[in-house]
Amino acid sequence: MIAWTIYLTFAGALLLLFLPHVFARWIALLTTIAGLALGLAAFVRMPVADLAHFTTIVRVPWVPALGMEYHLALDGVSLTMVLVTGISAVSTVLFSWDVEHRQNEFFFWLLLVVAGCYGVFLSANLFLLFVFYELVIVPKYFLIAIFGSTNKEYGAMKLTLYSFFGGMFVFIGILVAYVTAGSLDLNQLAQFQFPPQLQSWAFPVLFLGFAVLAGIWPLHTWAPTGHAAAPTAGSMLLAGIVMKLGSYAGLRVAMNLFPQGFQLWSKWIAVVAVIGILYAAAVALRQSDLKFVIGYSSVSHMGFVLLGLATGNVLGVSGAVLQMFSHGVIAALLFAVAGRMIYRRTHTRDLDALAGMNLSQAVPFAAFTFVIASAASIGIPGFSGFAAEITILIGASKTYPLAVWITGAGMVLVAAFTLRALKQSFFGEADSSVVRTQEGRVALDPDWNEQQSITAAEKIGACLLMFATLAVGVYPKLLLDRIMPAVEAMRFLKSGG
Amino acid sequence: MSYLDLLKLASPEAIVVITALVILTIGLTTGREAVGATVSTVQPTRNAGGTSSARSAGLCSFVAVLGLAVAIGAVLMLPRNATLFAGMLVITPLTSLFKIICIALAFFTVLLTTSETSLRHRSEYLAIVLLATVGLMLLVGSEELLMIFIGLELLGLSLYVMAAFDKSDLRSAEAGLKYFLFGSTSSAFTLFGISLIYGMSGTTGLAAISAKLATASVQPLLAVGIVMTLIAFAFKIAAAPFHLWAPDAYQGAPVPSAAFIASGSKIASFVVLGKIVLIGFAPVHGSAAWHSMVAGWSPVLAVLAALSILLGNLVALAQSNVRRLLAYSAVAHGGYTLIGLVAGGRDGFSAALFYTTTYAITLVGAFGVVGFVRREAGGDNLANFSGLYSRSPLLAGCMAIFMLSLAGIPPLAGFFGKFYLFSVALRASPNHGLLWLVALALFGSFISLYYYLMVLKFIFVDKWAEAALDRSSLISHHNLAKVTICLLAVAVLLLGVVPDILAAQILSAIP
Repeated sequence: MIAWTIYLTFAGALLLLFLPHVFARWIALLTTIAGLALGLAAFVRMPVADLAHFTTIVRVPWVPALGMEYHLALDGVSLTMVLVTGISAVSTVLFSWDVEHRQNEFFFWLLLVVAGCYGVFLSANLFLLFVFYELVIVPKYFLIAIFGSTNKEYGAMKLTLYSFFGGMFVFIGILVAYVTAGSLDLNQLAQFQFPPQLQSWAFPVLFLGFAVLAGIWPLHTWAPTGHAAAPTAGSMLLAGIVMKLGSYAGLRVAMNLFPQGFQLWSKWIAVVAVIGILYAAAVALRQSDLKFVIGYSSVSHMGFVLLGLATGNVLGVSGAVLQMFSHGVIAALLFAVAGRMIYRRTHTRDLDALAGMNLSQAVPFAAFTFVIASAASIGIPGFSGFAAEITILIGASKTYPLAVWITGAGMVLVAAFTLRALKQSFFGEADSSVVRTQEGRVALDPDWNEQQSITAAEKIGACLLMFATLAVGVYPKLLLDRIMPAVEAMRFLKSGG
Repeated sequence: MSYLDLLKLASPEAIVVITALVILTIGLTTGREAVGATVSTVQPTRNAGGTSSARSAGLCSFVAVLGLAVAIGAVLMLPRNATLFAGMLVITPLTSLFKIICIALAFFTVLLTTSETSLRHRSEYLAIVLLATVGLMLLVGSEELLMIFIGLELLGLSLYVMAAFDKSDLRSAEAGLKYFLFGSTSSAFTLFGISLIYGMSGTTGLAAISAKLATASVQPLLAVGIVMTLIAFAFKIAAAPFHLWAPDAYQGAPVPSAAFIASGSKIASFVVLGKIVLIGFAPVHGSAAWHSMVAGWSPVLAVLAALSILLGNLVALAQSNVRRLLAYSAVAHGGYTLIGLVAGGRDGFSAALFYTTTYAITLVGAFGVVGFVRREAGGDNLANFSGLYSRSPLLAGCMAIFMLSLAGIPPLAGFFGKFYLFSVALRASPNHGLLWLVALALFGSFISLYYYLMVLKFIFVDKWAEAALDRSSLISHHNLAKVTICLLAVAVLLLGVVPDILAAQILSAIP
């Protein structure tokens, strides 16, 4: 049944091409809600025991001569990712409620991204997974290049080329695995013993390819520019789900197929992850554009995911999956506030300019949301960020004690830049001359007064995201119960030593 | 062997030739006079002449389409296997399949000409398209070097004329001349190569050559002959460094001609090249694996492929004219396809043929869109494509499908084609010996995404500056050509989603 998330989303996208634009946002909303509902239904109804293995849902031969099958499967890890996709997708649509021009097209591209993400998270055939994975790239380009803002064409092209560059390595890795094992089925491949010599070079190729999309440190520069250029919906989707495609596939494919290669390279991944956490946090501290701050914070948080994966033990990897969920929700929330609630109303994202506006008075709801999002992002107990990061760090303390100490310092940096952004954007010292005089208002939207209040759609979207981060933060067992057995079933834990 | 048998087995070719003659007759009896009237008389009579000439053109197109449809039927009626005159005319499932594909491409090209306004003397043009189609069919359906040469010449001479057909356009003349000069050089190479091979092996039949090569050691002169033949085909498929004619021919020729040169001619050349190397030169395959190169034709093709991929993609980056861009990308795609032949074997051949077929379909469609833009926006530079989305969402969408398929984005045909090609190539040699070529090709397709996206950027992101544009000419007329383009786009999508409908056919057709 959960396979219908993919079909419904594609159907919604197709429908958008033919219906008049007055229906566009409603179709998009209904489609994404249906996707979320299906995810939730599976979450509630699937017995936890069934989620411990990658259980087949649909299996249809596709190109039998080449071993390609349309094969979808589900376990706790994919279910978590499907849920975060659903949540981000619904809130993304809500936050793009008033897209003005080319609505059909906007939601068409948006739904294609969402459908591709569902597809990746559910694929149990390597070819199918790659099809969905690459399918996401091009809609992102159009979403950003057509509807974006700052330097949009540059940002869109950079992001697309980086993704495709990673895709090139993934392609090589997949071909090598396929040709060596003679199968494309992920479950079969996970049983196949690849020669160690092959694993030692195929793993980094494949993992690196995926990690580009996850924003791994030296190849992360697409993320901040891409996020800044993207429309709010684009940034939310990018940070919320698309970056997870990389880390999810790295776990599902690269680590699962080449466990010995993973053993060989895991410490380097940990090193890169820690550098990424610190570096991105330090850079975020110096940014003046709010979206750049959040963009770098995404890179920093994804560094935690990579660190969790690199630990190679159940706790660390489960924490990484939880962090993917958590960051998906939090990043969407942060971008929603920065891009939609602030930028749409003030037409600036410059922290110094925002500081003078005393926005906490003008848009209290936005301020409230941003406080919650920042708290979650910093890792205050009670929010999902804390639950995820603490699990990762406990996992890492077994394998890389040193990394835990360094990362601990990194978390201070994260707190520092988040609080700085929070203070500057909402709780700046009310520069009376700016707020009260007419000149001060010049920087603002001319029709500020009409747009002042936060719309109902925005409120619902923000509440959905806040609820998600709180629910998981207060009761992480909800997800961890489903994630950990699935992670335990994966091969790299068993053959590792 | 009675002549009746020959007539039966060559009936598809005969039908196309007869159709060409009928069209010429129609053109002579009705069209000529009308065109004369248009040219010589003044304004008042122009309309009358125009409609009469349009009617004659419509009749010609209709007859051509009908003839081609009947020819497809005739191909379907052929026996499964037959050989005439020691391989001069061969009928196998493979030849029948590719005859149908070639005829179908001609079919689409004819449909595209219906919207082309720059072509005067429509009947002559269509007749030449049909003669070129006969050339394609002869090429596909022969396993004998002399017959292959005759097919090449018939095809080549028709294409030169087609390239130069737009007499009002200087570029068209340039395209024709350049294509002719390069083409005749390549013919000289072919003939030289064939004569050397014949001299050393004493036969022109591919199977017999293969038997000779298997027993005797390869003499230097024979090696020269083989290389000459390969070079001749490298000209035909525009592989670097023998690609120099392609950009001018693609850019200058009338749009349907360019589409036909890029599609039909390419497919037939690959079928024949594949047959020559895989059947005729099978014993001197050699190996292009990184650490264990063995002399033979496959290292030669591998080098050609690598050069084409690099040069085609890098030069395409710098193009501002869409047709030139497509030409350089064609060089790169020729390189990808060659990888299939380098891999060799049944799978390699099948992957190469699948790739080149889907590529041809894509390119006919892309040229169809270019034709529309050229007529409506007055040119085919990237700038002329700006804002095509707002002018015609349908054509913009189709162009997006074509470009993304060429870039190898799933779920379109080009992606599956690439996956098929590269996986076959990796499997072909032990120890992933061809990984270097595959990695290079993937790098090439990474580069190519940039320029394909640039085309789409102009179409979808940029705005059309000129307010005064004649919407009616784009929207209302030439529905036939639009439907054709849509059909091709659907085909590209379909071949990507369910590639088995063609891939299984090709694979089972190869013995």
